[in-house]
Amino acid sequence: MNEKAPLDRDERISNLKGMGCSRKRVEDVRFTQGRGNYVDDVKLPGMLFGDFVRSPYAHARIKSIDTEAAKAIPGVIAVLTAADLAPLNLHWMPTLAGDKQMVLADGKVLFQGQEVAFVVAEDRYAAADGIEAVVVDYEELPVITDPFKALADDAVVLREDLEAGADGAHGPRRHHNHIFLWEAGDKTTTEQAIDSADVVAEEMVYYHRTHPCPLETCGSVASMDKITGKLTLWGTFQAPHVVRTVASLLSGIEEHNIRVISPDIGGGFGNKVGVYPGYVCSIVASIVTGKPVKWVEDRMENLMATAFARDYWMKGRISATKEGKITGLECHVTADHGAFDACADPTKFPAGFFHICTGSYDIPTAYVGVDGVYTNKAPGGVAYRCSFRVTEAAYFIERMIEVLAIELDMDAAELRRINFIRQDQFPYQSALGWEYDSGDYHTAWDKAMAAVGYDDLRKEQAEMVEAFKRGESRKLLGIGLTHFTEIVGAGPVKNCDILGMGMFDSCEIRIHPTGSAIARLGTISQGQGHATTFAQILATEIGIQADSITVEEGDTDTAPYGLGTYGSRSTPVAGAATAMAGRKIRAKAQMIAAYLLEVHDDDVEFDVDRFVVKGAPERFKTMKEIAYAAYNQAIPGVEPGLEAVSYYDPPNMTYPFGAYICVMEIDVDTGTHHVRQMYALDDCGTRINPMVIDGQVHGGLTEAYAIAMGQEIAYDEIGNCKTGTLMDFFIPTSFETPHYTTDHTVTPSPHHPIGAKGVGESPNVGGVPAFSNAVHDAFRAFGLRQSHMPHDQWRIWETANKLGMHA
Amino acid sequence: MKKTPIELNVNGQTRTVLVEPRELLIHTLREQLELTGPHVGCETSHCGACTVEIDGRSVKSCTLFAVQAAGAEITTVEGLASPDALHVLQTSFREHHGLQCGYCTPGMITRAHRLLQENPNPTEEDVRFGLAGNLCRCTGYQNIVKSVLAAAEELNTQKEAAQA
Ligand code: FES
Ligand code: FES
Repeated sequence: MNEKAPLDRDERISNLKGMGCSRKRVEDVRFTQGRGNYVDDVKLPGMLFGDFVRSPYAHARIKSIDTEAAKAIPGVIAVLTAADLAPLNLHWMPTLAGDKQMVLADGKVLFQGQEVAFVVAEDRYAAADGIEAVVVDYEELPVITDPFKALADDAVVLREDLEAGADGAHGPRRHHNHIFLWEAGDKTTTEQAIDSADVVAEEMVYYHRTHPCPLETCGSVASMDKITGKLTLWGTFQAPHVVRTVASLLSGIEEHNIRVISPDIGGGFGNKVGVYPGYVCSIVASIVTGKPVKWVEDRMENLMATAFARDYWMKGRISATKEGKITGLECHVTADHGAFDACADPTKFPAGFFHICTGSYDIPTAYVGVDGVYTNKAPGGVAYRCSFRVTEAAYFIERMIEVLAIELDMDAAELRRINFIRQDQFPYQSALGWEYDSGDYHTAWDKAMAAVGYDDLRKEQAEMVEAFKRGESRKLLGIGLTHFTEIVGAGPVKNCDILGMGMFDSCEIRIHPTGSAIARLGTISQGQGHATTFAQILATEIGIQADSITVEEGDTDTAPYGLGTYGSRSTPVAGAATAMAGRKIRAKAQMIAAYLLEVHDDDVEFDVDRFVVKGAPERFKTMKEIAYAAYNQAIPGVEPGLEAVSYYDPPNMTYPFGAYICVMEIDVDTGTHHVRQMYALDDCGTRINPMVIDGQVHGGLTEAYAIAMGQEIAYDEIGNCKTGTLMDFFIPTSFETPHYTTDHTVTPSPHHPIGAKGVGESPNVGGVPAFSNAVHDAFRAFGLRQSHMPHDQWRIWETANKLGMHA
Repeated sequence: MKKTPIELNVNGQTRTVLVEPRELLIHTLREQLELTGPHVGCETSHCGACTVEIDGRSVKSCTLFAVQAAGAEITTVEGLASPDALHVLQTSFREHHGLQCGYCTPGMITRAHRLLQENPNPTEEDVRFGLAGNLCRCTGYQNIVKSVLAAAEELNTQKEAAQA
């Protein structure tokens, strides 16, 4: 019979811990006790340790490699070079961008820190000894670290392996160091619109090279079992299934004989999307030695060699009427991809989704051209906490708006407001080809303006400028405005794939007889709390308490195929798959409930955690009862069991947006700054777990703060990476990090099953322009138009100095 | 390289290990004693992921040879909970969402543990300064600070209750 003492409906809802509640994270119980299981925690019997000899030069020919002395060192088992990998055809590997990359240096090196030889030893200390003993004879070659110089006629040929004049993966290459030209929009119409406009603003906006630098570096453990022929590979993979497919294609091992496991991941932010030589070498070494082989890079290797982000030189023109209505936008990007094109973008989009750069504005015509260029820098170009190249796009447009406001002598907030896409224009077709799903920008903007007291801030700012001019104060106030529109959730299989694999995602659910469940997904958490939030989606969809649902990811032997976690795609794609799989469960549960209640299927309806007979709510079957019946009763016309799987191919991307405002004080004489307020309003559609969302926003804002105010990967002119340790590469501590105020509006996505859009990356996308605009805005009254990030103390001082403010 | 036996007192237990003179304490803890709570994030004393407590001080175990810790009292995150309950900091970090990927968490909690002994009534500013040797890439620190302040309050309440 039915359970006793019915709880009221609200209690039943709150017991579920479903969508919308700040459920505490299930992951934390392990992590707070030091019981995480990260890749460097994997320990197997007889495990060996591999480490790289790396190039000290940015461009050099390798005349010889002598490994004899290294092999003689006690504890050293083997030393691999390109010559050892060549017979297996593994000395080069394909990149995610359709280029190829050396696994171990084949004849020459193209960036400092490039992998030259792989030393395998009994432990990491012996491996380090082995590395010291490998003798490499280099002949230095001219180095190019400037992408503009790389395209000079007489520039040295970097990629001698590429046939001169032959097309690349993305069409013609017009120069030996050129990779591709990618274009979107209508060039002629845009040029006409801009050339005939009342007002035109033109600017070079540089988004410097930086690095995702998760606290855990990249690594892998490969274990080839010669008896079963099975390869098990643990690693820091944001896309374990793709790694399995790539490993199979490269090694020739059949895919069913490869098991890829992403254990706990200590942050990814894009760094762990790429396929790195270390992964390949650990596999080869395990095959060669017959023992498990671990490779874990140290921090310097991480910063010097595994995927960087950004490095976009964006030359823009934006035009408007005298009243400030934007009439056209044009952007030409010179994109420094480093030595190999190893960008992690959907195959058909070599510049990612950069063409979201019309931002939140109704711009009638636009054109974008992106030239990819080779230089002697590390390969990469990953989406550092953003959807593919969206941070670059958002920074570009939000700077161009500010520059246009200067040109128009207009308030930048007002300029934004009059150009926002209006709510009634959604779904909105952008000039560069996107269909924005939903938005309500004016409401978000007004809420943000009111929250910070915008008008008063402008008054205060003006007073401070006056005080400065009178010589009474040396401080300025900057108000950094940003309204960003993201594009996430890649993506529809019709135009989004990685190495041919469509960018769907998946969820498989099994309901156990006693009414608890396990759900497995094709994604992988790197701290986003999937085990917590996906259970919440399911709880609401299928009426089983979140606490009774295990969520598992990352083991390719058990999880359904998925494209992984990056580009904020987990919630939009795997979250949708979860809801859809849940709905399949519910549909079957409905038939079972109707049978048990002896009514027609259509006569029962779902209510929180049960099916009730329509009009007679006292007659019901809980999901627990239904689950049990699914396994212990013969129900005519219904298969036993209660399981479902869904592969979700999203019909469109989702378009989260937000309004961020940074209020910053700047000391003109020291170049120091103080963030007085950082207000972040996010609209990520339906909110699954507000606590987790706030956490994601805090984290993303901090990364944005770092990027805008000090973090960069810098090279000198001979290609030395000057920022290879955490001494030089800025990561803010708790002491420097600002305090944040978060806020939200909710505009659900109309095409997503639960209306969610994803949020993990918005704060980085919106945060960088907000901080940078604050710096620029502080100096606007003194004539500053554009300066380059990161705005560290020295650069801010220099800006003030150039404006004659120290005189 | 020749290995020497040394005694390490870790989390209340004395363990003998064989180490090369150059072996870093973090590697001995993680690889020989299987205490994988402390992590490696930089190996240059910047990130604090490897933080342990040695004789009542927070120490970055990536920049200390194991032999230097011979005979000292070492506590790692694994030694903070009592057999029947988690440490207040551990529950507080969960309660206030003070962690995401969890990689910094063992070092962060170990450091916070010492901080609250050094200063049982810290202000937000004190906590931010006191944790500045421990980097977190995920949380933006706001909820870590909240977790530590809440734990301080809870520990003080417990202390008062015990004294009453
Ligand atoms: S690993 Fe010890 S401080 Fe970073
Ligand atoms: S929680 Fe990921 S580094 Fe702190």
